Amino acid sequence: MSTEVIMPRLGESLVEGTVTKWLRHPDDHIEEFEPLVEINTDKVDTEVPSPATGTVLKLYVAEGETVRAGTLLAVIGEPGEEVPDAPPADREEGATQVAPPKTADQGTPKAGRDGLGFISPVVSRIAAEHNVDLSQVSGTGSGGRITKKDVLAYIEGGRSAAPWEEPGSGELFRPTEEFFGDKPGTVPEPTGLADTVLPLDAVRTQIAEHMVRSRRTSAHVTTLMEADLGRVLAHRKEHKQSFAREGANLTLTAYFVAAAVEALKEVPIVNSSWSEAGIVLHKAANVGVAVSLGEAGLIVPVVKNAEQLSLQAIAKAINDLAERARSHKLVPDEVQGGTFTITNHGVTGSLLATPIIHQPQCAILGIGALQKRAVVIEGLSPSGEPEDSLAIRPMVYLTLTFDHRIIDGGIGDHFLGIVVQRLQSWA
Amino acid sequence: MEAQEDLQLNLNEESLLEMYGLIVLSRRLDERTWVLHRQGKIAFHISGIGHEAAQVGAAMALRRGQDWVVPYYRDLAMMLALGLTPKEFMLGVMGKKGEPSSGARQMPSHWSIRRMNVVSHSSPVATQTPHASGIGLAIKMRGDDAIVLTSIGEGATSQGAWYEAVNWAAIHKLPVVFMVENNLYAISVRQDRQMAVEHVADKAAGLGLPGVTVDGLDALAVHRAISEAAARARAGDGPTLVEAMVQRMTPHSSDDDDRSYRPRAELEALKAQDPVRLQRDKLMDMGLLSEQAETEVQERAAAQVEEAIKFAASAPYPEVSEASYPVYAGDRADG
Amino acid sequence: MAEITLIEGLRQGMDEELERDERVFIVGEDVGQRGGVFRATEGLYEKYGEDRIIDSPLAEDSIVGIGIGTALYGMRPICEIQFADFIYPAFNQIVSEAARMCYRSAGEWTVPMVIRVPYGGGIGGGLYHSQSVEAFFAHVPGLKVVVPSTPYDAKGLIKSSVRDPGPVIFLEPKRGYRLIRGEVPEDEEVLVPIGPARISRTGTDLSVFAYGMMHHYCLEAAERVAQEGINAEVIDLRTLKPVDRQTILASVAKTGRALIVHEDNLTGGYGAEIAAILAEEAFGDLDAPVRRLAGPDVPAMPYSHPFESWFMPDADRIAKAILELAAF
Repeated sequence: MSTEVIMPRLGESLVEGTVTKWLRHPDDHIEEFEPLVEINTDKVDTEVPSPATGTVLKLYVAEGETVRAGTLLAVIGEPGEEVPDAPPADREEGATQVAPPKTADQGTPKAGRDGLGFISPVVSRIAAEHNVDLSQVSGTGSGGRITKKDVLAYIEGGRSAAPWEEPGSGELFRPTEEFFGDKPGTVPEPTGLADTVLPLDAVRTQIAEHMVRSRRTSAHVTTLMEADLGRVLAHRKEHKQSFAREGANLTLTAYFVAAAVEALKEVPIVNSSWSEAGIVLHKAANVGVAVSLGEAGLIVPVVKNAEQLSLQAIAKAINDLAERARSHKLVPDEVQGGTFTITNHGVTGSLLATPIIHQPQCAILGIGALQKRAVVIEGLSPSGEPEDSLAIRPMVYLTLTFDHRIIDGGIGDHFLGIVVQRLQSWA
Repeated sequence: MEAQEDLQLNLNEESLLEMYGLIVLSRRLDERTWVLHRQGKIAFHISGIGHEAAQVGAAMALRRGQDWVVPYYRDLAMMLALGLTPKEFMLGVMGKKGEPSSGARQMPSHWSIRRMNVVSHSSPVATQTPHASGIGLAIKMRGDDAIVLTSIGEGATSQGAWYEAVNWAAIHKLPVVFMVENNLYAISVRQDRQMAVEHVADKAAGLGLPGVTVDGLDALAVHRAISEAAARARAGDGPTLVEAMVQRMTPHSSDDDDRSYRPRAELEALKAQDPVRLQRDKLMDMGLLSEQAETEVQERAAAQVEEAIKFAASAPYPEVSEASYPVYAGDRADG
Repeated sequence: MAEITLIEGLRQGMDEELERDERVFIVGEDVGQRGGVFRATEGLYEKYGEDRIIDSPLAEDSIVGIGIGTALYGMRPICEIQFADFIYPAFNQIVSEAARMCYRSAGEWTVPMVIRVPYGGGIGGGLYHSQSVEAFFAHVPGLKVVVPSTPYDAKGLIKSSVRDPGPVIFLEPKRGYRLIRGEVPEDEEVLVPIGPARISRTGTDLSVFAYGMMHHYCLEAAERVAQEGINAEVIDLRTLKPVDRQTILASVAKTGRALIVHEDNLTGGYGAEIAAILAEEAFGDLDAPVRRLAGPDVPAMPYSHPFESWFMPDADRIAKAILELAAF
């Protein structure tokens, strides 16, 4: 009796995954729950444990191949058992969830081959002519069908965005279809003999797509302030041991998250996202914390409901998420649902950066490197006269990059001022 | 006595012989066409054998080329009298390129000769009669010196279109001669199943125009009747219905077999009244036709027929591209 | 410019052609002293006399058949069939004779004639004073089929039809005779060519094809849906045969969606031909199924007012169909 291994559905919105590495090969023995294959989905790498004890009889999907959730990946069974040569056609689970809902109307679009709903002749033709990957196009037609307008808007959007961008803003900001226009597997010719081409892996592709889309979507404006972290550092020094006993590694990031949450409570419009229907104010403060994975890219796990968490709880949550991010153990829902993001770009020495907003959020807080700097302290002399003094203080530049569609500069400054004030008065 | 009157009615000795020559030619051509059909060389033939004298007599009563003719499919002899050549007829029978009535689009014997003011007609019967009245109306509106002759079988006078057209002409006193070639059969249906009146001409009374019945086996009698009707029309006195009693000596068409409905004895009896022989005898009686001249007439007709068949047989078929036009006036093959 | 009714445009067009060409004449039931039951020929009898404005016997087959005869002789008849519902006795003459004459004589004989046919419902006409007959004639090679929907087009198209060298079926939306008003220049000759359709409202979201009275309802519906953000293009086909493929295809290439509206029965109706053209020649442009909104498949429009409303597409129903198609 053989057991099938299928591509799991790793989150509500995820419909496909990429096999990145087979950990067992045909004829290998495997115990139930032992890792069989590493897969990559939208920003999450994970291992799929074997559903049974037995011998790996056949692998159906090669490394690097992307398949829909529900696709047969492998069969585990007794040595010598008959297995099919090819996976049976379309056994996708939950296909009806991605197909447009059926209505009584005559001519309701039928579910298409690719879960995109009915693709009309003209949409099909335009997609072919412009090399559009229709899975990237959101549909506004009946049952979510992609209409001619949708695909034209997708193409037009890419085209018209380019002139809007800051001049000379670089390769990153080319129109999307230039990035994704080439069919998978095709590689542009190297421009010179010494050039090489690094194939785009799923993470790189996803980051690129997201970044470009964000720049095209939001009206990015950045405001800059600096904060004196003297009191935060003192607090940390004082509580690090006790926190550690509770299992929390008290990082500076935890303070930034806590300060940001305070500010979000006071300026709730920043905890929002843009929609055609209006600005959506989020009740929960789900704060994403960007974590570098080195060459493997960047991931943004989300501290859910941070407004309800103590500093210690925030610290623990961050520890846990970061640890599991680096070991590819995050589940997809842990990187989704953020309402605000903090990026601690200072860890790699950056003093000042203008990060890109994590869509569809309103703003992102950038933390520069902690640096001791000479600062002028405005004070009073013992006699009560104004008297400035020079001091060496642990300073950090804070940037708030916000979507000017949602808030104006004054609100952004007000928000960032609260963060600064909270950090500088930490007790 | 009648012959003397005929001579006065624009007929001289020469034209009487011409009339006879046309009757013989039509008969030879018609018979030979039956043979071609039975040989499997052509698809269809509809015959006028037994109608020739009436048709030629009528045609010769017209000012040919000035008056208008709206015929029907049995009018081979009439067409020959109006100027259709045996070669042209054979091109039509064989469906060859350049056939003048329809460019080989219509079945044979669906006449149209523009140069002789002979108007194209179709196969559903009596559709041509309103056209004749319309042409009569136009002649009257324009004040032109012309009349219209339209012919039809007795069966087709059952059609509403025929009554409507004759009614029009009677109301407006149009210059139209309605000629009915009554051979007593509409395919298989005898006249007594077609109408309650004894003569088609009787229908005229109900429509308000004169109706006459003449012996259609006598070319001169028909000539006289049509001439009188034409004169009335030309004078502005309106239309006349002229019924010529003819005989159908063949089945309706090459696709028909008359044995199921027509007694053989009846057909045999018709041979004694063959209009070709009647015309020959009459001309001989009048001293206008010698035996030798008769032989010459027959030989000339036979030669014309053979020449026409040879000509048409060697003529090319139309290009298939010709079939796509002219749907609209002015259409050409190239668009 | 004067604002006149559709029927006045028609009357002016005929008057001008009667004046211009003495071969032109009018024949039909009650067209003379009465000026036509709809008064389309009012005043013409007095102006041109009984020889050119001819009251026919009550026999439609002969109206057309006589007309054909005069046309063969070189006249330019305008034959009036009093109601489209009465045209069937003349079907034989129109289809078998007028339409085929040119072809069957290899071009030797042509039939330059206009057959004027008041058609359509919405006048309390019941089964036999409400019919739409365009599909029968649009099927026949050799005929041209024209349907004006405005006073300007009524005048311009009747004049072009009179001058056409072949038979033209001229369908007049009789409900609109006095309902539809429009400006027609007085100091210049109005000629509208047979063939081209007219884009009467440009739009981007979908194309609505109609003619006659339905064209006006489509325009009304288009304005209503515009308030809901749907920008419909409305095309007055004007000539059903030969149909303006170019304009139809260009519009659908732009919008990707097509709705065809007529009051004639759905099945085998004229809309089927437009749908077929789009299916064959514009498949790659279609973003939605081609839709038809037409009269129901009952033998004809019934008399009672609610029955009539049930039968006739109107602006409400058209707007609903537009919204449904736009939402696809």
